[in-house]
Amino acid sequence: MMSAETTDIIDLLAGIEPGSSLNGIRARRLQARENAQKSYIALFEPADFGDVTATERYAVAAFVAGVHQEPATAAFYLARLAEAANGSGLVEALKVEIGRARTEGPYGAFPAGPLSVEDKAGLIYRMAGDGREVLGARLAAALEHAHLLVFRPRDAAPAAMQALLDAGWSTTAIVTLSQLVSFLSFQIRVVAGLRTLGASLPSQANAAVKAS
Amino acid sequence: MRDSIVVQTNENEPVVFTQAELGWLPWLEPFPEAGLTERHWAGLVDRSRAKSDYFRLLVRDPEILEARTKTDKDIFYNIADGLPRADRELAAAATSRYNGCIYCVSVHARFATVHSKRRDDVQRLLDEGVGADLGERWNAIVRASVALASTPVGFGQQHIEELRSVGLDDAEIVDVINSAAFFNWANRLMLSLGEPTMAGEA
Repeated sequence: MMSAETTDIIDLLAGIEPGSSLNGIRARRLQARENAQKSYIALFEPADFGDVTATERYAVAAFVAGVHQEPATAAFYLARLAEAANGSGLVEALKVEIGRARTEGPYGAFPAGPLSVEDKAGLIYRMAGDGREVLGARLAAALEHAHLLVFRPRDAAPAAMQALLDAGWSTTAIVTLSQLVSFLSFQIRVVAGLRTLGASLPSQANAAVKAS
Repeated sequence: MRDSIVVQTNENEPVVFTQAELGWLPWLEPFPEAGLTERHWAGLVDRSRAKSDYFRLLVRDPEILEARTKTDKDIFYNIADGLPRADRELAAAATSRYNGCIYCVSVHARFATVHSKRRDDVQRLLDEGVGADLGERWNAIVRASVALASTPVGFGQQHIEELRSVGLDDAEIVDVINSAAFFNWANRLMLSLGEPTMAGEA
């Protein structure tokens, strides 16, 4: 049994087995596969956590997966949050916020002009007082920004950067946070896509025979 | 001590989707070029990227930038087998059109045109949106990309079947998934850390 540190997380979450035909196809894009995994390591198991704690990283990831309504990926990050320093006390409050924040995207406004006819209104998520009390103002700002990035990225504006700076996020920490939410938006979709494709293929055992 | 945003006076913000070359203005301070260390250079991957505000902002976290860049390059430039470049660029452009990233669309619509020679069809995607009729094969790729970009993800068996019906094999379908999924990463960085501007007039 490999540890979580050496397991390919996309394979794990998409249920891709060694010897399966999807495993063979992923091997043809080896650099992409290895660097998707290295991206996970860089964001969640870096040598230096810098300005963003492990607890914050897992909390944001669990929120992003939760609002995507991807149970396996959300459970994966919630389990890691529960193991992180001071993380277990955040899990229940975070689950409440995930429930409050769920909606359908993308929506938002375009720069004023011909595209304005495509503007689409939707939930502007702000964390309520009780959640803010448990999760803290700094994490609350990160989750509100994560919601903006997930559901209405075209609404992004300098004011959103200012809100993070005001909550104590440095420029470098905002870069890390933005990469983390954006990477999750990729990882979740690769997992969903590969899982769907895998479900359409012959059983893993048959595929393994064909591939060998 | 608190960092501050960069205030841009951008009088040439594009307000439509275009295949023209655009510039990009950061809302946060890029890392100073003179201060780049070996760790940063490794993160940039291509040394020429040190001239870009976008990459010098992202290089503040070098390890994730390096892994992201290498993921990107393999998904789009590894043409050993699998989906033609034009179709991968179409998936990138359609995803960006749907999410609303004017900058990302400009780059990848241009690439889709270069590789497909179908400038007018690409422009219809930009002008009419992801519902434009681009012929069976491209319609299938656009629909799959849009379903993947939706939150919650709407990609299902019907998209796999439609991609197969227009001749894609499993490896090519994985290239569609990777290309479209990757732009959900790229769009969010480009849209949220700065803004596009008409090139040469910034």
